Order: sequence, then structure tokens, then C-alpha cells
Amino acid sequence: MKPRQRLWLFLVAVAGLTSFYLWGLVGLPGFGHYPGPYGDIINRIAVGQTNATGVVSAVNFEYRGIDTLGEEFILFAAATGVAIVLRHLRGEREHQPTEAASPDARQDSPAVRQLSLLLTGPMLVLGWNLASHAQTSPSGGFQGGVVLASSFVLIYLAGQLLTLRRLSPVDVTDAVEAAGAAGFVAIGIAGVAMGLPYLTNFLGLGTMPGAVSSSGTIALISFFVGIEVAAAFLLIVSELLDQTLLVRQETS
Amino acid sequence: MGVFPFLVVAWILAVGLYGIVTSRHLVHLIVCLIVLQSSTYVLLLGVGYRAGAAAPYFSDIPRRTPAVDPVVQALALTDVVVEAAVTALLLALAVQAYKRFGTLDPQELVQLKG
Amino acid sequence: MNQLAALTVAVPLIVAAAIAAAGPLLRGRRRILDAAAIVTGAAVAVMLAVLTASTAHGDTVYWFAGFRPAHGVALGVDFAAGPLSSGLATLAAVLVTASMTFSWRYFERVGTYYHALMLLFLAGMAGFCLTGDIFDLFVWFELMGVAAYALTAYRPEERGPIQGALNFAITNSIGAYLSLSGIAVIYGRTGALNMAQIGADIARRKPDGLVLVAFLFIITGLLVKGAIVPFHLWLADAHAVAPTPVCVLFSGVMVELGLYGVSRVYWSVFGTALGHRAIITAIFVTLGLVTAVTGALFCFRERHLKRLLAFSTISHAGIFLTGIGLLTPLGLAGTAVYVAGHALVKAALFLCTGIVLHRLGSVDETRLHGRARHLRVTGVIFTVAALGLADLPPLATFAGKSFLEASIGSRGLGWITAVLLLCTILVGGAVLRVAGGVFFGLGDPPAEEQQMAREAAEETSETVQGRTRTPRTMIVPAAVLTAAAIAVGVLPRLGSTVQTAAVRFQDQAAYNVAVLAGRRIAHPAGIFPAQAAVISHADLASGIGSVAGALLLAFAALYWRRLPVLRRGFEPGAGLTSLSKAFQSGVVTDYVTWIVVGTACLGAALALGIG
Repeated sequence: MKPRQRLWLFLVAVAGLTSFYLWGLVGLPGFGHYPGPYGDIINRIAVGQTNATGVVSAVNFEYRGIDTLGEEFILFAAATGVAIVLRHLRGEREHQPTEAASPDARQDSPAVRQLSLLLTGPMLVLGWNLASHAQTSPSGGFQGGVVLASSFVLIYLAGQLLTLRRLSPVDVTDAVEAAGAAGFVAIGIAGVAMGLPYLTNFLGLGTMPGAVSSSGTIALISFFVGIEVAAAFLLIVSELLDQTLLVRQETS
Repeated sequence: MGVFPFLVVAWILAVGLYGIVTSRHLVHLIVCLIVLQSSTYVLLLGVGYRAGAAAPYFSDIPRRTPAVDPVVQALALTDVVVEAAVTALLLALAVQAYKRFGTLDPQELVQLKG
Repeated sequence: MNQLAALTVAVPLIVAAAIAAAGPLLRGRRRILDAAAIVTGAAVAVMLAVLTASTAHGDTVYWFAGFRPAHGVALGVDFAAGPLSSGLATLAAVLVTASMTFSWRYFERVGTYYHALMLLFLAGMAGFCLTGDIFDLFVWFELMGVAAYALTAYRPEERGPIQGALNFAITNSIGAYLSLSGIAVIYGRTGALNMAQIGADIARRKPDGLVLVAFLFIITGLLVKGAIVPFHLWLADAHAVAPTPVCVLFSGVMVELGLYGVSRVYWSVFGTALGHRAIITAIFVTLGLVTAVTGALFCFRERHLKRLLAFSTISHAGIFLTGIGLLTPLGLAGTAVYVAGHALVKAALFLCTGIVLHRLGSVDETRLHGRARHLRVTGVIFTVAALGLADLPPLATFAGKSFLEASIGSRGLGWITAVLLLCTILVGGAVLRVAGGVFFGLGDPPAEEQQMAREAAEETSETVQGRTRTPRTMIVPAAVLTAAAIAVGVLPRLGSTVQTAAVRFQDQAAYNVAVLAGRRIAHPAGIFPAQAAVISHADLASGIGSVAGALLLAFAALYWRRLPVLRRGFEPGAGLTSLSKAFQSGVVTDYVTWIVVGTACLGAALALGIG
């Protein structure tokens, strides 16, 4: 189709689609008037049932754990896809990264590099804190994992690409990611082995709601999810960063 | 205020689709796809909001406090992370597309047709 | 027994993760990977078969993490499997096992990712079929999708797979986000994500704009996956470039799962609310017939074997949607049997195409003319499967088609049968033309096209060529699948058993009670009455007629140049070629435009018909 034809066809169609969508959306209860019942019931019973004061994490890792398992594996599949698509490209030219190919020290701002270096440690701690407090605060494996992966990116920003590659060799990152994913599935299978439905919370719920060691499998699952997400994003970022390495090598 | 957030939802969807259809650069197209996703998140979170209610974290508020819907928040948060990874996959394909076709214009990325 | 439902998903997931974790260790030991994947696929198939058998007297409802519903409100996520859903999942697992067996010798070099992704694909398919929660349905749908995008891009060193994967990923992602929007909308009304609970809630009132929008958006994503016109444009691009064992799964089950999703969402959620009106049948049947005819015409003009088979899948997807759209139990039963038969023969056809690619290094019909004469066993299997695609009695495709036609007749829409017959003849004729030309050297070698030659040249890197014998691991799956298509077709009381399952699938009230209250209703009854599901003489005549028509068409296509009256300046399908280039342009922005156009038109139809 010629671009003008396509544009006109699209504009007419999207006008129709949007009006149809709006016709439906106005039937929703007004903004701010959530009718329930799912959320209200969960809010009422979650703390009592799971000893987790972070109800969103309780929903993610307990009430709807199987959804979260599926989502985690979508992440796994996507990271694997990135590896397939990009790693092949790298394999075409067998090269070893050298110091000369590292980001040019003179071009990058020293402020960026030093700030990144300073923040790496705190980010790691923050990420770890987030990943391990799913049951108490607005945090959890997904959020913590992303922050953990970002802390590794800070190492790159600090001009230490080689350090980054040494700290996170591809094989190890792959293996850690897969281990995180397998851990989540295994927790459920452990439940099945005990005769309980898959992903039942079979660990002790702790004595106090909101303590770090409470909520049974919620904390454990969050831990596994955290390392899986961190490894997956680290993998994705490393693969993409390697592309910049290739480009620099070509242009230098 | 009652229906305004949902108008925003429909608008973001339309704008995202417009961006995709008129795109001349694959990275721009992928970012428009992200915009389209955002419309879904706004809808999910908007549907679960309760005016004047607290966040569903009961560590320091009494357990009976009215809170917003935790379910949509749970759905949205896992979705955000997952779709970021899917976007990464698309961007990786874009990198390869540039290597193979020499261009990122969707009109030119044609090897298979008819 | 109950735990099987969860294990069918957990097992492939954990094996995939284990394979990926052990990646560095397994690098030199490819056979372990292959064996692990085949064994897992077979194990899942067995588990699903046992699960299907256990649903004979009532749906298996499995609540994850032990959260059972209270007072009609579901707290957790459930798998609610009936015979049709678990049967479809079993079919998926069987095809995955066949593909992995075929891959044993097919790939020259393959890393751990291939096996892991195939198992993730299997897990996604199994979860999609079994689940009773609408957001969970979306999650497994996305898992299937992302694994498929990654598998399509498996040879990123070539241009075709990149373009195919991009078109596939972008169009299907848009469909998925529309589905998620629909889920959010219906959640906003009902506050529920469980299918039975939503269905019970919206059935209380007349459907308003919100329900129609939710319905349309949710099924749009599924229709994109199900390759229905005008959402189908991604399929040919993806099939042309994905590795052949992956195409087996795309054509064999993935597309059909999209249509199963449409059926499931309709019958478990929206059916009662929408009232089973004639407009629903009109919409689905129209979409289905347009898709069937479009797919058949484009199939016939193709020369690239994998794209040819892809278009035939599109045509059959249209036939399946027509069968679903009839809304009768016999129509649904016929569709289910037809899906099974089609999956088996289409998989066999793709595997044979893979063998041809492996031995001869091409998938271009024009270049392959007469060159596969020595591949005798492959030729026989291909021809039998091609005849199966043309609805040869007594294969399962014929049985399904007969039940479908009986149901069409009972709704008084006899002209539809004629259209479907035409489509079957076109598709069967195309595949038989390939069989005759490539495997038996019949007819005159056609002129080669430049485009095809270039595409075919790129195909060769997928597999090693030049072997002197076709490995057994490649022939045996194709043969077994074809034999299975015959075996399923001759099963006694096939029609009545599947129809009983279809009646249960369509009884929304019984489903609600089973899921939310844990009870079983003794005699489920659907909206439309069940009919006698037997194959009559008229059906046999129709089956033989379609095979005869397909054979005639194939011969005409092979020998048309010998007819003097047609020789000068006659370019068959010229008009179709320009149409094809206009629509199947390869430009993803065009595809997205058509998706928006299609959704808008469907919205208008629903709004005018029901709103």
C-alpha cells in the first residue's frame, strides 16, 4: 500500500475503533469507584492467611502464583530469544575485547563514571533489600531483580566494561537465570510431592505478620524470582552492550 | 473526573497505533508498541483505584483500612517487567535487521512478499 | 490423578530450565538434549492423555495453591479441563514429540536454546488449553507467543527470519495487548478473573457496550493468532522462515489454539450474556468463509512449499472458525475432529517437506520438479497426507468434515458446504500438484521465478544436505502421524463421543457449577440440540468428490501447458499475483493497518447487531 492510502485507511479505522472502545469504557464504574469483590476479599483475608503485610506480593506469589510462574518464564523465553538473535552475530567475528575497545576514557564524563562507581554498591544493597522484602513492603522479586541488574549496568557506566564481563560471564549468567526459574517451579513440585496442590504455601508462616521471615514460600519464591529477573536483564543488557563493543571496534 | 482516565486510555491506544502505522524507523515503531502497552497499564490500574483509599500494604496501617485493589497492581507489575524483556527481543531483532538489510525503515525491510 | 493437571505444565518448564542451566555442560553432548526433550514431550503427552481420559465423566477442576472458591467468588487460579481442552493439549504434546524426534538428525548445529524454547512452547500450549482463568489464559498465550517469536528467528544470520520474526512479533503483540485491554475492561465490570465467575456475572443483564468491547478485544488477539482474515498476514511470512519442525507446531496446533481460545472465551464466558444470536453465527461464518477462500486461492498460486502449506493452514483455519460459528455441538465436534486430522496430516506434510529440504536442498516447487523421485517412502507419505488434506475417506479430516457438513445442513445453510468443498479442492489440488510434480515427476516443469529462487537458496542453511539415505528419525514421525490420521478417522463412535464432549463444552451453566461449586451436573445440555453423528453415504460421496476434484485440479495444473488453446499469453493467477503483492506486502505497518481495520469492522458489526 502506498503510505498515503495506508494513512487514510488507518485514520478511518482507528476513529471507528476508538469510538467503539470509548462506548465500552464509559460503561465502567467511574474512576475511583472500584466495585470489588476480588480485591476487597483479598485485602481482608490476605494478612491473616499468609502473614504477609504486602498484599500485592501475596497476590503475586501465593494467590496467583501460577500466573507469576508463567510470566517469569515469558521473561526467560525473551532473554533466550535475545541471546539467540544477538549471540550469533557476535560469533561471526571471533574477537576478544581489548582495553583499546573499551569506552574512550577521554570522551566519557568523569562525573558519570565516578558517580556510577559510587552508586554501584548502594544499588546492589537496594536491589537485595527489595528482592527479600516482598512480603512486607512494596517490593518483591521482580522489582528487586531489575534494580540488581541495573547495578551491574552502573559498572559499565563507570567505564569498567571488562570488569562487567569478568563479573558476569555469559555461561554463569545463563545458569543462574535458569536456576532461578527452576527454583520457582521446584517449590511448587515440592508441594505436589507432599500431596498438596501445586504452589501451596507449605512452609511455616512465621509468628508475626510483616516480619522478614514470615509468609512461608512467598519470601522464598520472591528470592528465586529476584535472581532470575536480575540474571535475565543482565543477560539482555550484556548482549546489547556487546553490540556497542563491536561497533566501536569497527569504527576505531 | 469519573471517566477522564479512561478517555486517556483510548487516546494512548490510538496514538500508539498511529505511531506504529506511520513509522519510518523500526526503533520508533517498537517504542510506539511500548506506548500501546502503557494504555493497558493505565486501564488496569485505573480500574482498580478507589478514591481516598490506602495502598494495600498493612505493615503500619490498621488491617481494616480501605485499600485499593491489589490484584490489578500485581498483574501490572509482572506485566511491566515481562514486556520490557519482550521489547528487548524486538530491539535485538532490530539490531539484526540493520545488519542484514542496512536500513531500519519498515517499508524497506522486505525480503519476503507476495 | 488430580495433580496431573499442574504437572503437565510444571514438567516441561522445569526440564527447560534444567536444560538451560546445564547448558555449558551439555555443549558437546547434543544427544542428551535431544533425548531429554523427546522424553519430556512424550511424558507430557501421556500425562495429558490420562487427564483426557479422566475427564470422561466430568471436568477436572484443579485449584492452584489450594485456594478454593468461596460463595461463588474465586480466590485463586484454576485449571478446568474437559475432554476437548485436554484432548487438544494432548495433540499439541504429540506434535512436539514428533518435531523433537524429527530434529534429532535434521539440524546440523543446534544449541540448548532450541530444546528449551520448544519445551516452553509446549508448556504454554498445555497451560492455554487447560486454564479456566482469563488472565492465566493471557499469560500462557504470551508464553506461547514469545517462545514462537524466538524460534522463528532461529537463524538470524539471514534476512528472511528477521523479517518474519519481526512481523510475527509485532502483529501478535498488538493482538495480545488488545486482549489484555479487553480483560481489564471486563474485570472493571465484574471484579473477577475466573471465567466461570465472569460468565455468571455478566449473564445477569443484557450485554451493553462494555461487554461487547471486552468480547471483541479479547477475541481479537486470539483471531490474530488464529490467522483469520484480515489478521492473517503474518502467518505466511513466519512459516516461510521458521525451521521446519517449528512450522509443524505453528500450523499443526498454534493457529488452532487461537481458534480454541475464541471458542473457549465464547462458551465459558460470553455465550450466555451475548445470547447465541444469529448475528454471532453470521459474523464468525463470514470471517471463516472469507478466510477459507482467501487461504485456498493464495495456496494454489504458491510455489514455495512452506508458504503453500502456510496458506492452506489459513484456509483450514477459516473452515474451523466456520464450524465454531455454527454454535451447534455437532459443528463443534466436527471442527474438533477436523482439527485433529488436519494437525496430523499437516504435520506429516511439513515433515516430508523437511526431508526434501534435507536431501535436496530446496523448497521451491519449480526447482524440485521431478527431483524427489528417489525419495519413494517420503513420496508415498506425502501423497497420502495430501489426499488426507483433500478429505479422503476414512481419514480423520474426512470424518470431521462430514460432521461439519451435517451440522451446516441442519442449520439450513447448505450453500456453505459448496464453498468449503471449493476450498478443499483448491488446497488439496495444490498439495497434490506438489506431490505429483516433485515426487513423481508428472507434468511439465514450470518456469522459475526469481524471487522464489532467492528465497529457496536461503533455506539450505537450515539443515545438512546430500545424505544418501533419509534418517529413520525423520521418516518415522511422518509415517506415524499419517497413520494416526487414518486411525483416528476409523475410531468407532467417534462422532457421538466427541459430540458429547462438545455438548459439555457448550453448557455454560454446568461449567459454572463445576468450577464454582465443585458439583457435577448429570446431563449437560447445550443451546442447540445434539444430532446423530454418523457418516452417511452422501458424506462418502462428498469426500470422494472432493478428492476427485482435487486430483483433477492437480493434473490440470501440472499439464495445462499442453492445452493449445491456453498456450499463448495465458498467465494463470496474474490478477491474484498483484492482489497478493498488494496485501502480503511484507511491510509490517500494512499488516497492523489491516488489524485495526478488521477490529473496527468487527466492532461495528457487533455494535449494530447486538448493541
